[in-house]
Amino acid sequence: MSPTATTSSAATGHVSAATAAAAARSADTGTQPVTFAKALNTALADSMAAEDSVLVFGEDVGVLGGVFRITDGLTKRFGTGRCFDTPLAESGIVGMAIGMAMNGMRPVIEMQFDAFAYPAFEQIASHVAKMHNRTKGRMPLPMVIRIPYAGGIGGVEHHCDSSESYYAHTPGLKVFTPATVTDAYLMLREAIDSPDPVIFMEPKKLYWTKEQVDLDALRISHETDAVPPTEGRAAIARSGTDATLIAYGPSVSTAMAAAEAAALEGRSLEVIDVRTIVPLDDATICESVRKTGRAVVIAEAPGFASVSSEIVARIQERCFHSLAAPVLRVTGFDTPYPAPKLEKYYLPSVDRILDAVDALQWEGGA
Amino acid sequence: MTNTEAREAIEQVSSKFGITPEDYMLPARTEIHMLDINGKLHPAGEQGAEPGHEYPLPSPRALVDAYEQLVIGRRVNDQNSALVRQGRMAVYPSSHGQEAAQVAAALCLGEDDWMFPTYRDTVAVMAKGVAPMEVMAGFRGEWHSGYDPKQYKVSIQSTPLTTQLLHAVGVAHAAKLRGEDTVVLAMCGDGATSEGDFHEALNFAAVFNLPVIFFVQNNQYAISVPLSQQSVAPSLAHKAVGYGMAGERVDGNDLVALLAVLGRAVRLAREGNGPLLVEAHTYRMQAHTNADDATRYRDDAEVQGWIAKDPVTRMRSYLQEAGLLPEATEARIAASAEAVAQALRDGMNSENNPAPADLFAHVFSTQTTQLAEQAALLADELAREEDAK
Repeated sequence: MSPTATTSSAATGHVSAATAAAAARSADTGTQPVTFAKALNTALADSMAAEDSVLVFGEDVGVLGGVFRITDGLTKRFGTGRCFDTPLAESGIVGMAIGMAMNGMRPVIEMQFDAFAYPAFEQIASHVAKMHNRTKGRMPLPMVIRIPYAGGIGGVEHHCDSSESYYAHTPGLKVFTPATVTDAYLMLREAIDSPDPVIFMEPKKLYWTKEQVDLDALRISHETDAVPPTEGRAAIARSGTDATLIAYGPSVSTAMAAAEAAALEGRSLEVIDVRTIVPLDDATICESVRKTGRAVVIAEAPGFASVSSEIVARIQERCFHSLAAPVLRVTGFDTPYPAPKLEKYYLPSVDRILDAVDALQWEGGA
Repeated sequence: MTNTEAREAIEQVSSKFGITPEDYMLPARTEIHMLDINGKLHPAGEQGAEPGHEYPLPSPRALVDAYEQLVIGRRVNDQNSALVRQGRMAVYPSSHGQEAAQVAAALCLGEDDWMFPTYRDTVAVMAKGVAPMEVMAGFRGEWHSGYDPKQYKVSIQSTPLTTQLLHAVGVAHAAKLRGEDTVVLAMCGDGATSEGDFHEALNFAAVFNLPVIFFVQNNQYAISVPLSQQSVAPSLAHKAVGYGMAGERVDGNDLVALLAVLGRAVRLAREGNGPLLVEAHTYRMQAHTNADDATRYRDDAEVQGWIAKDPVTRMRSYLQEAGLLPEATEARIAASAEAVAQALRDGMNSENNPAPADLFAHVFSTQTTQLAEQAALLADELAREEDAK
């Protein structure tokens, strides 16, 4: 099922015009407004151009260009052997990708929506995650499973799950989730280059956000190793001194807005964008928390037994003596993802984050 | 973008056989036999043959070579079961009674062709050339798998049912995209045909017109559950037509028929005619594993009935009758089977304990900070244990 009509046509408008090969190259030159979707699309095209073994397949990714248009133009440019539609079966898509990776290819496959990846869970948990280990490193599986995830777009049920904890809990999987347009490009290219399987989680509410980006410069930076890798390196999205907000994917922009609002009230909040959930950058997170002494972890997923609980546990283990207050969390409630009209009550909001910050036992009371 | 390749392939190959595409896809009315239970060759025309389903007799040389592997396979099964009883390894799912299907699965493939076996297909894995002790590493508990799949073109023995069929499809797809003529044989059992991945794999292989042979060893039981509770299809081979591929069923205890049917299937697949499904009708003579008690769900009389159809006895009778098995050849084959058994006993009696640090060595291509910390913790524990000695 496609997302709401409005969002779908918005995606088409932004992305479809910009991928015809040569035209795209010259059109990319210079800093200009670029959507998150376009950055991903460009990363796919650049990886396919750089390496013949990179293949893209999934449901509706061919002539349609994907329901979010992330694969727009790839079949036209690279042919049906490099970007193609499969029968409608997620376990089949992942299972076939495993075999292709075993036989010299680098598949980059699309699960149409977060909850639609569940039929593939056995292939992911029992094979993608373990093949390298089971064969003592003799059979690595370089492959990327792209999953549009999380909510905030008024999607119908089964289209808005934050499923990152399932993958992060499975040893052998790397889990990336970009929060900026620049990272969308760089992290996808890095995931495709990785010798390990990567679950690449794309916050679907960010697909239509824009940043001023020079895609040509980014391409050159990536291809000449001029930028440090993002894997295992959290980004300090905003510097601050009073408390640390730790977020990833769809929650980073909410955390940034909260920090902005807190600044007006005279509180300086540092915002950390985790970027790769696996491997997790403990060092950057802990360095920040030791400096500020206070932390709030923000995530859309239900908080119980989640990535957010893991981050809190690690802070507690490593930064206990630096903490001035318990580490708090602002997460989705432990309910199934709600119907669109209840979404605003469920999602972490700026106000809920600011309330959590207020509760961090400030001297003289909150 | 309409996909016409698969349909055109089926139309071409069926017209070559002079039959309709539907008749090409449907299995023959009866399973293909070549030897009767006494090892007598069926007279021509009585081999289950009908138009499009005629199978020529394999060459004498191929039959004797296959018989050697059959004898080795039986010896491997019996030796490994004995080693389990002696406590030398924890578990061995024996293919005793299914050795003809095991051997044919390996011998029908060329060197660059891939095999995707299950946990019960140890004999097939060895017959494809994997060193016996490398195969046994998994059953010994040293590591999950002990051989290099790329070196042997044999994937890891799969425990999750039919998941490996999709991997086989992927290997074939990658090869096809590169213009290689690799054929892939994907193995599963009767119970596994109920799994969703069975359906997805057959459908993907057919839609992409890939050279995959799906080889189902129907040994009548999925642990304790008989085939009648898995499927009421006329036969498992009939499932092929639902995917637009050819199906055939063959006597799974008749090595001659297996070599003929699988040999032709591999040829057809390599020529670009798409995937095929072959069902071998056989019997699991022993319990599911040593942890299972087969007397709880099947009668001894049923098992006894299958002893008369033993694949080794039938093949030996045939070769002796045909004058293809002089005493010297029999003795050489017995000696090579004994050598493999000896290697298994020697291997099992040698200690080969994996290093504790290997726990962390193959999770990712490079160790994460978290795994490095955990590796250090274990190393410290072990060092303190050592100090305390």
